[in-house]
Amino acid sequence: MAPVITTDRLTKRFGQFIAASELTFQVEKGEIFGFLGANGAGKTTAMRMLCGLLTPSSGKASIAGFDVYTQTEKIKKSIGYMSQKFSLYDDLTVAENIRFYGGIYGMSRALIREKTDELLQELQLQGEAKTLVRELPLGWKQKLSFSVSIVHGPEIVFLDEPTGGVDPVTRRQFWDLIYGAVDRGVTVFVTTHYMDEAEYCNRVSIMVDGVIAALDSPARLKAQYGAANMEDVFYELARNAKRKAD
Amino acid sequence: MFRDKKTLLMLFGLPIAQIVLFGFALSNEIKNTKIVVADYSRDAVTRQLVSKIEASNYFDIEESLESSADIQAAFKKGTIKMAVIFPENFANDLLHTRKATVQVIADASDPNLATTVTNYITQIINDYNTESGIAGIRPLQIVPEMQMLYNPELRGAPNFVPGVMALVLMLVCTMMTSVAIVKEKELGTMEILLVSPFRTIYIIIAKLAPNLLISVVNLFIILILSAVFLDLQVKGSVLLLVFCSILFIMTCLSIGLLLSINAKTQQAAMMGSLMGMMLPTMLLTGFLFPIENMPLIMQLLSNLVPSRWYFIIIKKVMLKGLGWGAVWKETLILAGMCTLLFAISLRRFKIRLQ
Amino acid sequence: MIQLSNIKKTYNKGAVTAVKDISFSVEQGELFGLIGPDGAGKSTLFRILTTLLLADEGQAVVNGYDVVKDYKQIRKGVGYMPGKFSLYQDLTIEENLNFFATVFGTTIRQNYDLIKDIYQQIEPFKDRRAGKLSGGMKQKLALCCALIHKPTVLFLDEPTTGVDVVSRKEFWQMLKRLKDQGITILVSTPYMDEANLCDRIALIQKGEILSIDTPQGIIRSFPDRLYAIHSSNTYKLLKDVRSFAGIRSCFAFGDALHVSFTGHQEEALLSHLHEKGHDDVSMSSITPGIEDCFIHLLK
Repeated sequence: MAPVITTDRLTKRFGQFIAASELTFQVEKGEIFGFLGANGAGKTTAMRMLCGLLTPSSGKASIAGFDVYTQTEKIKKSIGYMSQKFSLYDDLTVAENIRFYGGIYGMSRALIREKTDELLQELQLQGEAKTLVRELPLGWKQKLSFSVSIVHGPEIVFLDEPTGGVDPVTRRQFWDLIYGAVDRGVTVFVTTHYMDEAEYCNRVSIMVDGVIAALDSPARLKAQYGAANMEDVFYELARNAKRKAD
Repeated sequence: MFRDKKTLLMLFGLPIAQIVLFGFALSNEIKNTKIVVADYSRDAVTRQLVSKIEASNYFDIEESLESSADIQAAFKKGTIKMAVIFPENFANDLLHTRKATVQVIADASDPNLATTVTNYITQIINDYNTESGIAGIRPLQIVPEMQMLYNPELRGAPNFVPGVMALVLMLVCTMMTSVAIVKEKELGTMEILLVSPFRTIYIIIAKLAPNLLISVVNLFIILILSAVFLDLQVKGSVLLLVFCSILFIMTCLSIGLLLSINAKTQQAAMMGSLMGMMLPTMLLTGFLFPIENMPLIMQLLSNLVPSRWYFIIIKKVMLKGLGWGAVWKETLILAGMCTLLFAISLRRFKIRLQ
Repeated sequence: MIQLSNIKKTYNKGAVTAVKDISFSVEQGELFGLIGPDGAGKSTLFRILTTLLLADEGQAVVNGYDVVKDYKQIRKGVGYMPGKFSLYQDLTIEENLNFFATVFGTTIRQNYDLIKDIYQQIEPFKDRRAGKLSGGMKQKLALCCALIHKPTVLFLDEPTTGVDVVSRKEFWQMLKRLKDQGITILVSTPYMDEANLCDRIALIQKGEILSIDTPQGIIRSFPDRLYAIHSSNTYKLLKDVRSFAGIRSCFAFGDALHVSFTGHQEEALLSHLHEKGHDDVSMSSITPGIEDCFIHLLK
């Protein structure tokens, strides 16, 4: 099976500053790929390039078969994106938000209706279709945001620190949703600060100072660094970086 | 969209407000301008002319003055905008030479106003001339002799420079002050400043003082630029002007302080300054649209706008070269506003977050 | 040192209850953690204690002073680090420090030894503008600014949120050293693993305290036996364990599942999982962590 994401020496420079350097990796279909790194390590830059939001300075990349330089519009149509700020409109109801995003991705009205029912059932929000998003508790908003980001059935979904600040139970419910999506064949590309969430991923890459310092499954990384958990792996790698950074 | 009430207010409220304002309330038309008619001849012709002037909508004859000293004083006070003077033996001259001159003196510190009212007078006189000709008699030639006070060349600068001064100082002070304070709130540094032994009054002074300084510098820049490029010097005492300006600046600073208290975001602070201060200042100060011609309610409202009083002070000191005696009333009003606003804003300044 | 009694706070005229009925106390020299997710009410409590907000009901005392009546005294003697590292972005590290020192009526020199450990780490960058610092450095600078006047009580509102793992670890080491100098510290954090580093913690969610104790105490009070179950296909494992009757709780924790039973069905579960095709499944008894306890208390 062809990988859904392929990058080859992908680089982004802002003037003299190299935000992301020579990133080379592949993500297989149906994988949960964790993208870790400290703030400023280059994660956001890398993700923006992959989403077609930022043009790379050099190197190659293809997302869902589309070239990241010339086919950014097609990329945007084939991916889902959820950022930390949830991307939902507070002033609209749950149903309206789904309709809005469905419309953006060119879904037919019938399809939107069908998906809305499905979504509400899956999230157990049937009674809340007409509730303003602003009034939903944080955890619901996040779960809704995730579901909306894949309402158009994309192949890949990019999640930018989706579980910030939420209680442990809701976080796990969120990951249940992610697993559900993966079961249906969606590939998930997620960045997170929670090291235990790194363990939910099939493979993890750790960026340090703009470069990929490690890329492997959590189990193998722990073995490689003699660490008990991902936090210690990260600590090992990032600690050396701090002497160079700033 | 209909749920976002604030934006809705702006989208619909603003155009409606504008139409109401510009359509009904504000007009460049001159009506009921206060003038003085001095009739030294008091003959049949002058009486006819005077009654024609009286009858006209455009003028509101303030009083019948006698001496030229009185007239000069009235101009200085700004209570009259024009004086029409019929010299002695008016009708006699007409009879013998079929020609006579009427002296028309206009306050040209607002050149638009001056031009318009002198045109009206000319119109009235010419009508009289023509009418007298219809009766078959050779038409009269009553010629108005114009004199433009304070601004002989009818330049725009003497009118708009004071207006711009008021506007600029006002804008800088209220907007910059309110935004600066709200920015601290947004950043979170205000929290730390509050939870410290640092007395609240010092926080306020620290935020206001730089803007005071900047505004004074701005003031001098405007004055210098006007003098050099627009040939507009300060005829009166610069010291008095600076003193009154500082008073005005302080008033604006306190408005900025007041605005910052309720604004939660820098955007709100800026919008508040623009909507709340710039618009009324532009419209109700009197330099774009004459206040005398507005409906009564707007005239009353304009009394609340500090820049209106400041505008009067500047014109008197800068253009007419008047001194303390002429502006003490307006200065007192400004001082009163300043004190009141500071008292309110200091009381309401929140020592807590909610 | 710090006492709260029946504190209640609502926003929006009673529409939102941030804090329901909170009472607890912090001893002198204690490192006390408020652990809970966003919206739990942590920031609200901090603001009430630092006198920035008035509670709707209840009393609070800091250092012997009432938060309402004696707010001026409290403001003189506490150190406060609100969330978001509130620093002046355009000022350099050194300028920020000097500014806050002046605001607190002291100088950097006067209390330098208190902040020395921390400041030395950022001193090489003292001419860099605060806006250009990394999260970890901002955090250290903010801490220095809060300590500059040698406060007796330190209030730190989520000082480690959004900061990388390495800086977080260092930060807590700094806090321990400060505690050793006798400063009472009240810290809030959403990271459960940091709870273990405190003397005592209060687990808080939706404006209510779920539990207050030492970390060990809370762990000891976990009622069930907890097991970690591991298999190569975690998601399938999750589904299969959940489908087994007799499970009291089952939650994912990294590469394992933490499971507790209603009875003693450990063996039965293992057979069930073998049947489902998990050949390499392993189960071991574990000590619960703070997060396990938190989840348990949430139900």
